[in-house]
Amino acid sequence: MLMLTCPCCGITAEETEFAPGGEAHLKRFGPGSSDGDYESYMFQRKNPRGVHFERWRHAYGCGKWFLAARDTMTLEVFGTYPAQTTQPPPEIIAKIKQKRPEWEGSQ
Amino acid sequence: MSHRLAKGGRLINRAHEQKFTFNGKPMRGLKGDTLAASLLANGQMLLGRSFKYHRPRGVVASGAEEPNALVGLGRGDSYEPNQRTTTTDLFDGLVAESQNHWPSLNFDLLALNNLVPQFLTAGFYYKTFIQPRAFWKHVYEPIIRHSAGLGKAPKQDARDPDRYEQIYAFCDVLVIGGGIAGLQAALTAAQAGAKVALWEQTAHWGGRAPVDMVEIDGQPADIWIKTTVKTLESMDNVQLRLRCMGAGVHDHGYVLGYERITDHAPDPASPRHRLWRMRAGQIITATGAIERPLSFAGNDVPGVMLASAMRDYVVNYAVAPGHEVVVVTNNDDAYRTAITLRKAGVGVAAVVDARAQATGALPEQARAMGIRVLTGKGIRKVKGRGHVNGVEICRIDSKGTAYTEKLDCDAIAMSGGWSPVVHLWSHCGGKLLWDEVGNFFRPDPDRPPLGADGAGFVHACGSAAGAMGAVLAEAHATALKAAQALRAASTPPAPADDRVADAAPMEAVWMMPRNAEYDLRMKMWLDFQNDVKVADVQLAAREGFQSVEHAKRYTTLGMATDQGKLSNINGLAILSDALGQPIPATGTTTFRPPYTPISLGAIAGEARGAVFQPLRRTPLHDWHEGNGADWEPVGHWRRPYTYRRSGESRHDAVNREVINTRQNIGLLDASTLGKILVSGPDAGRFLDMLYTNMMSTLKPGKCRYGLMCNENGFLMDDGVVARIDEQSFLVHTTSGGADHIHAWMEDWLQCEWWDWKVHTLNLTEQFAQIAVVGPKARQLLERLGGMDLSREGLPFMDWREGTLGGFSARVFRISFSGELSFEVAVPASQGRAFWDRLLAEGQDLGIMPYGTEALHILRAEKGFIMIGDETDGTVIPQDLCLNWAISKKKADFLGKRGMERAAMTDPNRWTLVGLETLDGSVLPHGALAVRAGKNANKQAITEGRVTSTYFSATFGRGIAMGLVERGPERMGEVISFAGAGNTRIAARIVDPVLYDKEGEKQNV
Repeated sequence: MLMLTCPCCGITAEETEFAPGGEAHLKRFGPGSSDGDYESYMFQRKNPRGVHFERWRHAYGCGKWFLAARDTMTLEVFGTYPAQTTQPPPEIIAKIKQKRPEWEGSQ
Repeated sequence: MSHRLAKGGRLINRAHEQKFTFNGKPMRGLKGDTLAASLLANGQMLLGRSFKYHRPRGVVASGAEEPNALVGLGRGDSYEPNQRTTTTDLFDGLVAESQNHWPSLNFDLLALNNLVPQFLTAGFYYKTFIQPRAFWKHVYEPIIRHSAGLGKAPKQDARDPDRYEQIYAFCDVLVIGGGIAGLQAALTAAQAGAKVALWEQTAHWGGRAPVDMVEIDGQPADIWIKTTVKTLESMDNVQLRLRCMGAGVHDHGYVLGYERITDHAPDPASPRHRLWRMRAGQIITATGAIERPLSFAGNDVPGVMLASAMRDYVVNYAVAPGHEVVVVTNNDDAYRTAITLRKAGVGVAAVVDARAQATGALPEQARAMGIRVLTGKGIRKVKGRGHVNGVEICRIDSKGTAYTEKLDCDAIAMSGGWSPVVHLWSHCGGKLLWDEVGNFFRPDPDRPPLGADGAGFVHACGSAAGAMGAVLAEAHATALKAAQALRAASTPPAPADDRVADAAPMEAVWMMPRNAEYDLRMKMWLDFQNDVKVADVQLAAREGFQSVEHAKRYTTLGMATDQGKLSNINGLAILSDALGQPIPATGTTTFRPPYTPISLGAIAGEARGAVFQPLRRTPLHDWHEGNGADWEPVGHWRRPYTYRRSGESRHDAVNREVINTRQNIGLLDASTLGKILVSGPDAGRFLDMLYTNMMSTLKPGKCRYGLMCNENGFLMDDGVVARIDEQSFLVHTTSGGADHIHAWMEDWLQCEWWDWKVHTLNLTEQFAQIAVVGPKARQLLERLGGMDLSREGLPFMDWREGTLGGFSARVFRISFSGELSFEVAVPASQGRAFWDRLLAEGQDLGIMPYGTEALHILRAEKGFIMIGDETDGTVIPQDLCLNWAISKKKADFLGKRGMERAAMTDPNRWTLVGLETLDGSVLPHGALAVRAGKNANKQAITEGRVTSTYFSATFGRGIAMGLVERGPERMGEVISFAGAGNTRIAARIVDPVLYDKEGEKQNV
């Protein structure tokens, strides 16, 4: 059971206090978008063995959504950050690169 | 025969006798005994029958690794199968019975299986009994189920009378294992200033050291153990727990501990087991090592035991396994058993050593005591069926065709070397390496399980780390490392000096004799619990089961309650040998928690009965309960399905409620309905995205029905939105949907449109909402007075705030029944008073409450859809002919893009219609419409399904709605539905709106 820190209220808590929300930084494609874009938004998920960006909600706490950068293999948590962003903040990226020099980015 | 020695026994108290029964036979043991020790002291060596062959089996081990000596404990509601006698502390009044025998333990007819062992080889389930097919269910399976197995499950109506609890705890350093390495690690960590917890699975501190002749600072280990425990007990930062097993190590330092509080001393006032849910900064596994059996023919006959276990019984419980013992080994350690037995006055016929030479300190000491040592030899076979009565010896490098000599004996101590207990290290991803010297897997300190910060959080020490000699210095160093990881400040003193006799490592002898013939290999047991033999693993390898995980499942090696604690390495060695590869190339199977089985009661903890799940109660719950409510679960709520009067059936009650609501006046507790306040400058814009129809154009004081879809375009919720003022809307959701719709709103507002100025508030429990329904509804509410509820004052689909009969209320003129209907929301605290007032005022109008079933029928008669009935997560609004509620003006809303996909615009989609059976019967729930003919896979062709079906008291017959392929184009057509068995029910496609098609009644 993971331990995560909610960046909104600052609480570090058990995984059961949070609700997972799947992959982070998805771009929404609405009406008029191509089938390919819509498919990527709805169904294509990276599911990497390694560095991953995820959505979590502090469901039994402050209720806020946040994002986590995590290694799905070792369960190392590189950091959590507010959900109001379209890409990981530079300090999170820097930390991942420092710990995983071979990481090629999330694209 | 096994017996109690006149002297000795460091854990027993001869002054305290304890009475117990085994298979109904009264026996006596001593305080401090384990059940296994007591049974052996009573000469009871035969304790059960094996899984497949029903071979007689006895005690092999002395701890958690025991595969054979499992019994059923207790009686009636307290009965528990598969309990290890070796870890069960004896208490006065204990009741035990043996397992897997028929008809009795001593005479087992199914031991016939043993005569045809070829019949039950590896994979026999998969190979045998295939034809004829019908025989599997009716003949083969019942026979196999009867003959194979461990204990019986408790009776179906048994209810565990015991109490269990869970506790959350935190520490800096958790030490698992209270042997001398664990004690030292705990001491060092505590002296360094860390908050320490120390768990030991048995009832005693010190582990094997006292039995294994360890000396600490020149004195027997017992003295150091006592002093160290006393020191630890005196420290405020240390918590010690006996009978507490580290069951599993999980992510980020989460550890489950299984504490058996009253198993050894039943006490109804106390919980039986406690599950520790520990978060530890650092974990030290000092879990020791387990001795391995040796593979020789007949190594499962009662009287054959692990050498270390035999030593335990003699030293700890003064129980001798027999009068004349043969010790068989491939290492020096087993000589400790020979020496111990001889010192206790038990005969030792010989030590049979597979190695060419045995010249270490221990063998020399044994020889000096006059014990005969045979080197380069092995056991060809064990003589005796129900118990050992001798062995045949052969050269180790032979095929075992002939024996070199026979020895008389009544017990055999075997030692195939030691395996560190690496389970806890491995649970969370710690890697192992193969130790070429010791011939075992041990934790690889460079590849530990990793924590949230990416650093290792588990350290192994003592024999669990592969240290088979002195351990204290290394345990001290390990604990310092763990404490340093937590930045503990103090410097602990140096550890004591522990010494053990030098023991040469084992020689890799996995089978004796080395080139044993087939008939010998057929009787060499690897896994005692699952009856897996050397020949089975070799057969699996020949048949291509090369992966260790495949071989495990094919042969069942290492399965069931002991999970291969004894068999694992021996099985791997045999498999590797058969595959011609080194053992590390084969690898191990996955170690999964728990270490040994833990009770379901401990896992459930307090979460049983009424506290299993919280119950949500509306403000009117107590009234419903006192007035005949038949409860129906709706999410965490309970809602009245119907209110039964005395002598009335459920069906009659529902019909009465339907008729009365149509003719007079019905009251419905609609408080469970979701009520979410959405406010802010962008509230209208936000609701336009959430709903398929336009909400921003709604005027204050007005209500509008709306649909919510997910991004696939599938319908997920519906309800009425009331505009409160320019900036705020009250969103009504379904009863089950309130929480997830609120979460859905927050998801979009926080993660996608975070710059929109909208605030949401789930007010569901703040209001009691009561639907007043029926032709006399207005008459009733007007009696209360205070608001203009006339047709003009409060038109259909309007709402007003005011005071009604003195209650501050919001009155919504909406209808889910087709009748004149007012939904009145009052503060939750006023709900009951308002309800009572309505009932009192409406007496002469024929007022009656109605439940959810009547609600369903009323709405189905009117053709209204219900989320969860007409929808199942694959239905779009267009399927339900709700195109009118999908805005064509809006550029975007959630689900719009999804609805544009080709499959969603296919004209052949199943679409909503009414269904009317020709015979007036009620269609079965979910029945499929079947068309004549077969599809390409020779299956029936379906063309629709029933989504709602009821008996309508209003129409006096069955009514239904369903989704039918091109349904609305086929009005009047009769189609066929599959009923029970092979019956077919004919139904006509009709308009789903049966009641008051013009809507005159709800609009009066």
